[in-house]
Amino acid sequence: MADLRVTVAGVEFKNPIIPASGAFGFGREYECLYPLSKLGGISCKGTTLNGQNGNPPPRIAETPSGMLNSVGLQNPGIDHFIEKELPYLKTQDTVIIANVAGHTVEDCMEIARRLEPTGVDMIELNISCPNVKQGGAAFGTSCAAAENITAAVRSCTTKPLMVKLSPNVTSITDIAKAVEAAGADAVSLINTLLGMRIDIKTRRPILKNNVGGMSGPAVFPIALRMVWQVANAVSVPVVGMGGVSNYQDAVEMMLAGATAIQMGAAIFADPWAPVKTIEGLNRYLDEQKIEKVTDLIGQVQPW
Amino acid sequence: MSYTQGEYPIISKQNLAKNMYDYVISAKEIADLASPGQFVHIRVKGFSLRRPISICEINRELGTIRIVFEIRGEGTKEIAKLNEGELIDVMGPLGKGFTMLDPSQKIIVVGGGIGVPPMYEVARHYGENATAIIGFRSANAVILNGDFQQAGAKLMLCTDDGTMGAKGFVTAALKHRLLEGSADMIYACGPHMMLKGVVELAKEYHIPCEVSLEERMGCGVGACLVCACRTVKNGEEYLAHVCKDGPVFRAEDVIL
Repeated sequence: MADLRVTVAGVEFKNPIIPASGAFGFGREYECLYPLSKLGGISCKGTTLNGQNGNPPPRIAETPSGMLNSVGLQNPGIDHFIEKELPYLKTQDTVIIANVAGHTVEDCMEIARRLEPTGVDMIELNISCPNVKQGGAAFGTSCAAAENITAAVRSCTTKPLMVKLSPNVTSITDIAKAVEAAGADAVSLINTLLGMRIDIKTRRPILKNNVGGMSGPAVFPIALRMVWQVANAVSVPVVGMGGVSNYQDAVEMMLAGATAIQMGAAIFADPWAPVKTIEGLNRYLDEQKIEKVTDLIGQVQPW
Repeated sequence: MSYTQGEYPIISKQNLAKNMYDYVISAKEIADLASPGQFVHIRVKGFSLRRPISICEINRELGTIRIVFEIRGEGTKEIAKLNEGELIDVMGPLGKGFTMLDPSQKIIVVGGGIGVPPMYEVARHYGENATAIIGFRSANAVILNGDFQQAGAKLMLCTDDGTMGAKGFVTAALKHRLLEGSADMIYACGPHMMLKGVVELAKEYHIPCEVSLEERMGCGVGACLVCACRTVKNGEEYLAHVCKDGPVFRAEDVIL
């Protein structure tokens, strides 16, 4: 048994595998399959200040080796999360990451303030949702806006602050550097890539929102490249995600520089995917006679 | 919620009509938990998303479930390639099923096309107290009519073109049935326009009604929130989720 523990922004995870925000609800939906304590952590569904309904359906379309979604941050609001979901999550013996999404900088600051006295282990600030009209990715596509919102939320929380970055930018390393400078303790990437599908019979986009965020194995090479670039550009830890489906992908992500891994779309095909990835990672380390998973981080040998 | 996931053997496969397949799957854990109106989520090799398929029959004694599905696209085409003896990756049972009353109550099930299969397990529960109104495009698309009769249900078969049974839509047959006498409950699954018509009639005749809905689905368990459908909650519009809040909803709770 290898040592699978990793530390991100001072928070220890028993292993580096975390279901990604939006793919795992608030955990309850999977508790009947396996104990949530098997997971390194859970990044909860993105939560706004007040509850919201999200976008009209259809909100999902399959793509070759992937999918598009346009949920639009449907969630019950931060107070519901704190009162109804968090007490349950805190009994699950895993790291709880609250994913914070706001329409305005002030919203995000207020959510951070409300989370301050709670047992949430870490805040993941979502500045990269492609599916909402106000806020969302607008905060994550310019360095100035990304820096501004990160600094604002930083001033409202003493909790470890991770910022989730959008890949729909010219230079993700510049955005990463901007949020690091503004006080982010870690960055997570990538959120989904903006995509589209059209029904050739009706000539209508399959998604009612017309466009949506693409995820799944198809985006993995792009995500891996971005994780590698960002890990080389910042000194804070990088949490890698984007199309990770199995332990081999997780190893690649860690070699590229990720300290921990989030998994999303893979869970829809196989709800056991995070657990299988943890087990596979452990087997791989044992076979390779590597004692600690942290020995993989950033160890790619570029040409 | 309680469901399981695993690979289970297909113990019988039948081609019921063009592009329409019938599988009996040996899955004791799922059969034990399942109730009428719930669905299973089937993994398809080479595809990112599972395919939700309603449960047509539950046999607790034999530990089997039966699904009847139509080839609608590449995914269901792939599922239809599986043969007897092969394993199928199933998650289930999922979702909220129909409210079942005492079998002595008089009920009506209304199914249209591929909405017919989930009505079968409901009809079985009520036996001869059930009226099954099932509709199809044409005679060559008719499925499960013999099954409903075998279950004891009074069968009212309709086809759009009149090539089998009565010519016309199930809503006309439902109206006809309601003129003969009332019922304690109406259950329905089928195309949007059909459900709308059924719900209106149920309202007119003051009969409780439940409908089973469909939407493009992701996780199947209520985590990803993609399969939204319009409902009313505390007097306000709320986007509920077909996979967890449904697929079965009370007629008065949905906006069709």
